[in-house]
This record gives sequence, structure tokens and C-alpha cells, in this order.
Amino acid sequence: MADDQKKGLSRRDFLKTTGIATGALVGGGLIGGLVGYNVNKDGVQRKSGTENAEDHDVTSVKGLMFFTNHADFNVLSQAVERIFPEDDLGPGAIGLGVPYFIDNQLAGNYGSNAREYMQGPFFAGEATQGYQSSLTRAEMFRQGIAKMEEEAQKRYQKPFVDLDGGQMDEIITSFQKNEVEMKGVSSEFFFRILRQATLEGAYADPIYNGNNNMDAWRMKGFPGHQFAYINMIEDEKFQKIEPKSISSMQH
Amino acid sequence: MAKTLDKVNVVTVGVGWMGGIIAAECAKAGLKVRGLERGKSRSTADYQMIHDEYRYAIRYELMQDLSKETITFRNHRKMRALPMRQLGSFLLGENLGGAGTHWNGHTFRFLPYDFQIKTMTEQKYGKNKLSSDYLLQDWGVTYDELEPYFDKFEKTAGISGEYTNPFAGKRSNDFPTPPMKRTPILKKFETAASSLGYHPYMLPSANLSEAYENPDGETIGACQYCGFCDRFGCEYGAKTSAEITVIPTAMKTGNFDVTFHANVVEVLKSGNKVTGVRYVDTQTGEEFIQPADVVVLTSYVMNNAKLLMVSKIGEQYNPDTGRGTLGKNYGYQILPGATGFFDEQMNVFMGAGALGMTIDDFNGDSFDHSDVDFIHGGSISLTQPGYRPIQTNPIQPDVPAWGAEFKKASIENFTRMLSIGGQGASMPHKENFMSLDPDYKDAYGVPLLQLTYNFTEQDRNMHKYLTDRIAEIMKEMGAKTVVPGNPISDYDIVPYQTTHNTGGTIMGTDPATSVVNTYLQHWDAENLFVVGAGNFPHNGGYNPTGTIGALAYRTAEAIQKYSKTGGSLV
Repeated sequence: MADDQKKGLSRRDFLKTTGIATGALVGGGLIGGLVGYNVNKDGVQRKSGTENAEDHDVTSVKGLMFFTNHADFNVLSQAVERIFPEDDLGPGAIGLGVPYFIDNQLAGNYGSNAREYMQGPFFAGEATQGYQSSLTRAEMFRQGIAKMEEEAQKRYQKPFVDLDGGQMDEIITSFQKNEVEMKGVSSEFFFRILRQATLEGAYADPIYNGNNNMDAWRMKGFPGHQFAYINMIEDEKFQKIEPKSISSMQH
Repeated sequence: MAKTLDKVNVVTVGVGWMGGIIAAECAKAGLKVRGLERGKSRSTADYQMIHDEYRYAIRYELMQDLSKETITFRNHRKMRALPMRQLGSFLLGENLGGAGTHWNGHTFRFLPYDFQIKTMTEQKYGKNKLSSDYLLQDWGVTYDELEPYFDKFEKTAGISGEYTNPFAGKRSNDFPTPPMKRTPILKKFETAASSLGYHPYMLPSANLSEAYENPDGETIGACQYCGFCDRFGCEYGAKTSAEITVIPTAMKTGNFDVTFHANVVEVLKSGNKVTGVRYVDTQTGEEFIQPADVVVLTSYVMNNAKLLMVSKIGEQYNPDTGRGTLGKNYGYQILPGATGFFDEQMNVFMGAGALGMTIDDFNGDSFDHSDVDFIHGGSISLTQPGYRPIQTNPIQPDVPAWGAEFKKASIENFTRMLSIGGQGASMPHKENFMSLDPDYKDAYGVPLLQLTYNFTEQDRNMHKYLTDRIAEIMKEMGAKTVVPGNPISDYDIVPYQTTHNTGGTIMGTDPATSVVNTYLQHWDAENLFVVGAGNFPHNGGYNPTGTIGALAYRTAEAIQKYSKTGGSLV
């Protein structure tokens, strides 16, 4: 653990040297913009706690790998923010980078259901038999996001992103209650994966481009990756531990 | 055309706990053993970046790639069986070490009652305690006969525990290593259970309390309580698994090798013996025939049964006539439980997979069943596995599932919630079985296994009874709010429940009611052995690995004997 200090810059040092302080970071709510942390003027992020940063020159930016336009991405962003909103405890889904997490996941194995059985024939089946759609998650999200926009126009003659929170909630609730007609998938199922993906993006390790600055872990009192608790697990007292990312896990 | 390889003495289909044990014991005895593993190699070196909940616990990195093979499922015979397209209810293993890599390490011995369940139940409660739809049968081997093999498996694995459970079978030796740490969270359970008159003890654990060298000279590390155990491999080599014990033991003899990416599609049979297996190299698509003096099926429950079915070895069970044994007595487990919400924050994120305390006051026949409408029961445990934030978002029943209230409650509760769970035994029922699916196929053109399964009346009654007992303990622990688990209705393959599937290739003393004899030797092919939880005629109220480990050691001995003498072992 002490290796952090030896091998590279600590997060605090890094922030100092790049002139970025957490208070000055772009907060949540800026749709389609960079909502990351440790963002410099070029939009380049440097992940904190990466011991091998010097060896591998790890730099990254957040960007879209799946959605092809910002309008769709913005609908997703607003929807996930309603599911996991910013409040006095800390950032919501947007501030945590959840929309980027979901976009990036949709572009990979998750979006293409690469490790799932996708052979036909397809039948609706009973609820106890689980997911039976021929659609991939990527296809479900594309359709689901378009449906959200369509519902907004139909109900309020406005883009989804211009609705107030209550109106957005109404539409999301319609999906949850399976009241929106979708093709090849139920709106209830789409809601479920949207909710689940939101939680995954909030609480996954920041290497997946959500959970910015590990703030979701801080809110929840979860220390992320720690090597060992053997020396404190018998303590009666609740332990507040500064979280660490998997990117620092080197034995 | 398939290319025929040189013959070996013993071939194992799958190299996890079962394949590893068979390989180690047979290779030590001088037999040439080859393991066919359809996945890839892996070792502790591959677990050095394992503390990643998303990759391993949510996206199932270590588990079976269902795009290649899954099962189909229906609740009953009138329902159309459909593929399990995503993992959920149980997590099938893949690659070296199998599901034993991502187990939690709970290592129990089934109770003496389990092995003689039919006899003992009838003696005490008469023949009609359960209807004849429940296909209860004795295992043909007693606890006492298995005891030396339990002992052997526990010594191989270095199990940490304490010999204080008054309901357990008699042990010839104490546990190889002392119990894990009694944490403040466990003590809450211990105090509450004791004050209700129950008998809590430290859960027998394969997350070792101290570093240990096993009789084969393999070293297992000391658990660091890092909180990433179930669904993960151990970066410290402190959770005993096959790839750090029996597999290296087998390798060291020079008599064992493993062929990876070798997916067995058929057991080859000629007359009343098998001659070897046919497999597909999953990287090239080439087919090979591996001849062997002895074939041992050591893959998971589902695949062991499927291979016998596609190879037409044994008679498929027919629920209409009751004839046939292959696929019969599929069992699962019943999971009663309760969640408790507390005022104080607790270190719930610290833990280990098998860090827990258990009571058996409602397991087996520990209590009188005269006035209840079920038999058997389950162990009841509070474990501290290390809660993680994607999977653990506890909310009270009146809190919405998303939005502002959800966020607040799930964050507040994360460090203030504990749960107690039971593992209820599963009694075999004539309508719960495995067969071959007529429609769906795996990536190699082989039919998928079809599972027909639902909870029974016995299950529902037991679930309710145990849930009530569990809720009482949680209340006694001082929870502000106690939320008991919902009553069970139909089995649902979506939410995770347990990877304790059993049956389908059951053991017994009569070929009319079992697939293998008590040495796990196939009734229809004397040089074919089938090893795993598929051998259980019913599922008990504990995790199965300790019991299948014991059965595997007994079979390893039997295979050595068979190699010298041939013929039926019974």
C-alpha cells in the first residue's frame, strides 16, 4: 500500500500539479459534456491511484462508443439521473459518469450479449424462465431511449430532456409498469436493465468510467479494493476507510 | 474423422474439485491420468486483480460462457422448455478448478440422517409422512462409512472450524485448522441464537484461519478477510480450491496432464464397457478420441447427466411410468431468510465467503417433525461475506425501487443491514427431473440438457417454518425492522439462489433406482464412474462440496482397486 507513495504521484499531488482542485471540477448536470474527474483543459483524464501510470502513460478521456448522437445520450443521462439523483449525500448518476459507463458497456460484450445463449427459436415464455428476447441489450437500449423520447413528445409535446422531473418520472414509471409498447422486449424489462445498469455504473470500479472519483463508494461507506481487513475486522467500531480502485491492486 | 490418441489409464471429463481429487489419488498410485478440460488454465496468478465486483460478480467473468452451452428449463411438463439465456439462479463454473474456484468455501458434512433418510424417517414417522410422489431413498452408504473420507477431504483442504455442533456426525479428528475470527457481527448472531436456546458454531470454512500445509505438501494461505470471495478467485491462495491443491499434487507425480479447450461430446461405449471419450478442440473444431481404461465424469451435475444421455448410457427416467433412473431426483435447495435493519453502522464490507456462524437446531431430524407438515429442514447461518455495493442495495419494503428515496435508503442501509439465511434440504419429487431437450443445441450441435423443476408442497411448508424461526433470531439480534423472506411459489430461474444443484446421476444399492453404485461406478458400464453432487439422491441442508469431496475420495480408492481387479465393486 505504501507503494502508492513510492511509485507515483498521489492523487492529491496530481491534482496540485495539474492545477485542478476537486471543488473546481465540472459538476453533474452538464449533459453531453465531460463529467469526469481530474479533467484538464484538453479533456484528458489521468486516473488516480494507478501505480503503473508512469510505466504505461495511462491517460483517458470519456467519450461515446455506442450512441451516435448526443440527443439519445442526453435522454439516457436524464433518465438515469432520475433513477439515481444528485442529493445532499453526493452526486447522482450524471455526476458519477453513469451515462458514459452505460454507453461504453453497450459497445462491448454487455451490449452484444456475447456470453449469453442467443440461439433461436424464440418464444415469450413464462416469467420464471427469464430473458427470452432475440434482441441484444444494445438493441433494447436504442429502442428504449427512442421510446422515451417518443413518449415525451406524445404526452407533453416536448423533448424528454426539457421535461421537469415529475414528468420524466411519470414516463419512467410507465416503463416500469409495462405500459409502453415496445417491440421484441417489454418496457418493464427495459426499465429493469436500465435501473440495474444505473446502479452498476454508479458503483462499479472507476476503471469502467462510472463512479467518478469513487464518490459513490464514499457515499455508501464502501472502501472499494482493499488488500486486507484482517487487522480490523474484530473492531466493534465502524471503520471509515478512504476507497481505492482496482487499478491500484498490485500484490 | 476424429483422430484417435494414445490410450491412458484414466481420463477425467472436467478438471475441478472432482477431477482433481480423482487425478491426484490415481496419479499418486501410478496410474496415467489425463484431464480433459473444456476451458482454459488458470491459477492464483490470474486473481491478482480480482477485487472487481462488476467484472466478476455481475458479468460472471469466471463462469460458464452460455453462448456455447446452457440448459433449457420449464417448471412442469406442460410448459414449453426454453433456454436459460443468462446466468441467474445458479452459477455454472468453467475453466480449470471449475465452480470450485468461485465457491465460498462452506465445507459441511451431510448429517448421518441424510444418508439413511428413508429408513430413519419411516422408523420415526411411519411410511406416510410424505406422499409416494416423493422419491425418497437411502444413499447406500452411511455417515460412518464415509467418515474417513470426510476427514481426508478436510485435511486436503485444511478446513477451519470448531467441533462443537451437537447435531453433527461423530468426527474422528478435530478440524485441521482453528475457526475463523468471531467478528462483532457474528457475535450478534451467536448471542441471539444462544439466548433462544440454540447451538451456534463457527461455520466450517475453506477460507483458512491460518496458513496450512496439507498432507500432499501443498500450502494454502491465511485468509485476509478482503470481502471478495464468492464469485471470485483468491489472490492469496487462501480459499482452498482444486487448482492450488489436488491439481498441482497430481501434476507433481508426472502421471497427470490436462488437455485444455477439450469439450467432451460423447462417452464411447462398446458392450458393457466404455472405451473412451470423443471431444472437440474448441479452438480448431478438430475431433479427437481419447481411449482410456477408465472414464470418470467429473464435470458439473448438469453436464455429467447430459453426457450419459447423449451417449445413451443408462435408461432415461420417465415420470409417467417411474421407469428409468438417468435424470431422476433432481434436487435444489430452499432458501428461507430474513433481513434486519439496524441503527448502528457495521463493517459489513469486511469479510470472507465462509465467515459465519450456523445452527443445526432445525436441520435434518434435529427436532421433532411429528407436528409439522414436512421432513428434514436446513442449516441456518449468518455469514459475513463482505457486502459489495452493486449487489447490495437494501431497502425497506415501503421504499420505492428507484429515485431520491431509494438512493437515500439504500445508502443509509448498506452498512446497517444484516441477513440470516437458511439452506433448506430438497426432497426428490417424481416431477422434478432432467432429460435431453428436443429442440435446442449447444455450439457443438449436441442437444441441451432440459430441466423440469418446481418447488413442492414439502418445500413451501419447510420454507415457511424456517423463515419464521429465522425472523425470530433476527428480532432477538436487535434489528429495528425485520423483513422476513416472501413465501415461495414457483421456482424462478432468474434471481440468484444457490449453485447447489443435485441429482440426475444418483447413487444407490439397486440398479432399478440408481444410476451408479455406492462407489459411483455405473451399473451399465463397470469402467465408467460418475462423480459429483449428481450422485445425491436428495439434497441436504448444507453446501454440498464437503460431501462430494468425501464421495470422490472414496471413489478414487475404488478406481485404484478396479484397475487391479476389474469387475463390479459391489
